[in-house]
Amino acid sequence: MTRVLFEKQLAELRSDVVDLGSRAEQAIRQAMISLRRRDLVLARQIVEGDYEINRRRFELEDHAINLIAMQQPMASDLRTLIATMHIVTEIERIADHAEGIARISLMLAEMALPEPLGHLQEMAERGIDMMHQSITAFIDRDVALARRVCDDDDKLDALYDANYAEVIGRMVMDPTQAKVLTYQLWTSHNLERIGDRATNICERVIYLVTGRMEEANVSRY
Amino acid sequence: MTSINLKPQIATPATPPVATPPTPVAKAAPTIIEDAVLEVRNLSLWYGRTRALTDVSLRIARNRITALIGPSGCGKSTLLRSMNRMNDLISGVRTEGGVLLDEVDVFGRSVDPVELRRRVGMVFQKPNPFPRSIRDNILYGAKVNGYRGNHDELVEQSLKRAALWEEVKSDLKKSGLALSGGQQQRLCIARAIAVAPEVILMDEPCSALDPIATLKIEDLMRELAKDYTIVIVTHSMQQAARVADYTAFMLSDEQVKGRLVEFGDTQHMFTTPRDKRTEDYITGRFG
Repeated sequence: MTRVLFEKQLAELRSDVVDLGSRAEQAIRQAMISLRRRDLVLARQIVEGDYEINRRRFELEDHAINLIAMQQPMASDLRTLIATMHIVTEIERIADHAEGIARISLMLAEMALPEPLGHLQEMAERGIDMMHQSITAFIDRDVALARRVCDDDDKLDALYDANYAEVIGRMVMDPTQAKVLTYQLWTSHNLERIGDRATNICERVIYLVTGRMEEANVSRY
Repeated sequence: MTSINLKPQIATPATPPVATPPTPVAKAAPTIIEDAVLEVRNLSLWYGRTRALTDVSLRIARNRITALIGPSGCGKSTLLRSMNRMNDLISGVRTEGGVLLDEVDVFGRSVDPVELRRRVGMVFQKPNPFPRSIRDNILYGAKVNGYRGNHDELVEQSLKRAALWEEVKSDLKKSGLALSGGQQQRLCIARAIAVAPEVILMDEPCSALDPIATLKIEDLMRELAKDYTIVIVTHSMQQAARVADYTAFMLSDEQVKGRLVEFGDTQHMFTTPRDKRTEDYITGRFG
């Protein structure tokens, strides 16, 4: 085995990507808890914590750029680093969606959503699972898994549609609830976008393994 | 550092397990060279009893740069030197197969090696100007080949094409050996150009040069490729990636000496090579 140092640096980078993914996942979970429990302290912590995720994303991007400059990678090594730079951006934006939900939680303040979150919790679980699996696909260089995750986005979109129909129905029934229902819609939009971001990560995984750039699942939104 | 459990967090619908074949790297379509000025056809070569090339077939595209890469001892310089029969100068060399220059086998009895080397010039690893003036360096080959045109024009045109004219025009009587290493190499290129070759072979032309001189030679190669076919042997993967239109990867192992492993357009060779041995070599994991 040659290039021992470079291999070690790549392994560290991959580990750091997993760590960033873990932080984004945690942020989504916490955001949903803050929404469910009306926990404004937790919501503020998520908003503040997003700065650290952003900082780490830049750090990883910088790390990848340095490896390109210093190690002059070729072929699959180069694809891995380029894919990593895109993937950390997607993870950071997933965390932005968690922050968005936390901000909605703050805007709701003392108001509660009409019912115990309904489709939103399932959307969150699906979004987290998709992100999780997309990072697994990245670590394992597993194209088949990446494609399955992309296919899963349709299920998340279906939940978004169901939530949308429900929100519209409730607005018609009780227009005084329009404000809080709008927040519910915004929350579901944030969750739906997490699935799109996970799909983007998977597209990068397919690229780093095969060298092919392809759109794996076009979002309807 | 927080670690995450990379297992699915929610139940997914049960689906029957389906065996998925391993996903290969995207295979570029084989590169076909339509307009080849040189064609190496099933070439094998021995130095005495030692085999150096095994059944190499390769087409060299006209007015393009083709790089030969591979580890030391893989036969790339031997292959290059076969293209203008420089190997003839080594005793005990034997070949099978052929090298065709515009469809004529360069090993044919009727081929004059001197005329062949005019048509297929060579620039070596170490700059080797004659210990004569810059002007004489340019004119030497032309005179040997019976050039009857205007000498001043030939000197100026050759030096301009080699991007050296502006640096030396005020003193063409200066010794070629008094130039810097990069200038000496460009003088050698000018000398090669002066006899109007069709192909220029370059055997690690920048290995003795500093990075600035190297980049100047690379820029010059791109410029020269408009009028000439260039074949370059280089140990620098970055150089091959920067200058070559096509790249050939060669390898020797215990079983087969000097074989061509993969040939393709440079972009694919350096981003998505088809052969794992090429991938291992260009990512530095060879051996």
